[in-house]
Amino acid sequence: MSYFSDIYNGVKTLLTGMSVTGKYFFNARKEIITQQFPDNRATLKMFDRFRGEVVMPHDENNEHRCTGCQKCELACPNGTIEIIWDRVVDEETGKKIKVIDKHIYHLSMCTMCGLCIEACPTDAIKWSQNFSNSSYDRTQLTKVLNKPGSKIMPGVKDKE
Amino acid sequence: MNLPLSITKNIHDWLFELMSAPIAAVVEMVLIAVAFLGFFALAGLLLVYMERRIAAFFQLRLGPNRVGPQGLFQTIADALKLVSKELVVIDKADKFLYNLAPYFVIVASLMALSVLPFSQEFHAFDINIGVFFLLAVSSIGVIGILLGGWASNNKYALIGAMRSGLQTISYELSVGLSILTIVLLAGSLQISEIIAVQQKGGWFIIQGHIPAFIAFMIFMIAGTAETNRAPFDLVEAESELGAGFHTEYSGMKFAYFFLAEFINMFIIAAIGTILFFGGWLSPFGITESIPLLGVMWFMLKVLGLVFLMMWFRWTFPRLRVDQLLTLEWKYLLPINLFNIVFMAVIVWLGLTINF
Repeated sequence: MSYFSDIYNGVKTLLTGMSVTGKYFFNARKEIITQQFPDNRATLKMFDRFRGEVVMPHDENNEHRCTGCQKCELACPNGTIEIIWDRVVDEETGKKIKVIDKHIYHLSMCTMCGLCIEACPTDAIKWSQNFSNSSYDRTQLTKVLNKPGSKIMPGVKDKE
Repeated sequence: MNLPLSITKNIHDWLFELMSAPIAAVVEMVLIAVAFLGFFALAGLLLVYMERRIAAFFQLRLGPNRVGPQGLFQTIADALKLVSKELVVIDKADKFLYNLAPYFVIVASLMALSVLPFSQEFHAFDINIGVFFLLAVSSIGVIGILLGGWASNNKYALIGAMRSGLQTISYELSVGLSILTIVLLAGSLQISEIIAVQQKGGWFIIQGHIPAFIAFMIFMIAGTAETNRAPFDLVEAESELGAGFHTEYSGMKFAYFFLAEFINMFIIAAIGTILFFGGWLSPFGITESIPLLGVMWFMLKVLGLVFLMMWFRWTFPRLRVDQLLTLEWKYLLPINLFNIVFMAVIVWLGLTINF
């Protein structure tokens, strides 16, 4: 007779389901995930995996890790990144090496695919978590990622 | 010290002093009708707000919280918006029936409201076949749904309406039989009598212990199905039928269907409260000396049951049509019939729990 066991299992599983949703309901005060955006603009932190825009982190000596290898420029499917570079003589070895003059990033063209960040061999660029990127003027969306006067971090080299 | 104890009686006496008997009777009826219409609108809006808020908490959201304190006026704003919207005229619809349908639904739920006892005094219409009347009237609403679906000349609406007919025909049985189980215990169909019995011997869910509890479970399941709410919302089934029977309705006519659905939920919860949880009685008679507090207890119990129905809605997935019929005819109905016999034996042998 599976009839009675069906009834038992039915009631049991229904109650299990209700206990699950009930737990969510009665703990709802603590774990509400809705962000009331314009109100908490100052305190809102986006989660780590959020793709806001591409940035180039600099350390306290105003040094970045970009060697100017242009792999990000090649990886970008829609020409978002332009690198203006130069060749200078390395003081230690006397060889000519590439240095970046400007790492130009057009936020208006970026689709946030992240291929440039995956392509970068020296982890020079990464995602930032800022989210409110709209502006009234589109020239503001063309950004130079390396700060003025910045240099490459000593020891960071292109893999030949 | 019987100042606040009999408001309705005072108004009644005052009206009959003021004018001649027939006019006073008419005025009294109009007053009661206005009171119930007001209650209908207010309770409907509040229930919609409650539903949205509770749904939000189940999903770890916040829900409406911008209009007024805690978003309390959100549904009023929505209702105002719906009033101001255009009533779209459907070209090939059956105009008369199309316009009539929402009123069927509304009138049915208003008539059912009239027999509910909000407290010992606030009881507009205490007839000797109260429960039977409630059952009969609450199933009129489905005519409105059927008419609306048929008259809009829309496939989805028609399918939705037909599903509603099917659902109501099957689940009416379960509601009726589970109510009958309690009527066996009460020995009366009159609502004031049912509550009087519970006042003497404790709430029926305790008095009738096992069979009453089974009847309560069946009543809640079948009642949810009667109001066409999830998990029995095949009638509206957004993912399959657009909006089901009210696909073609817009503006205030849609709002009538919407409000009536929530009032029906209130009515089912109220019937559950009257039959199983002692209506306006306070637990252990703690506030028996203040009859006015009965309104509070009644509303508290009803809102508790409404919350239970909302809990169902946000937990269970929608049933398929064949599952719906299997549940009714293969499970609920036989259990219910057995339960009636069980209850009859218990009442016959005097095995009820009486305080």
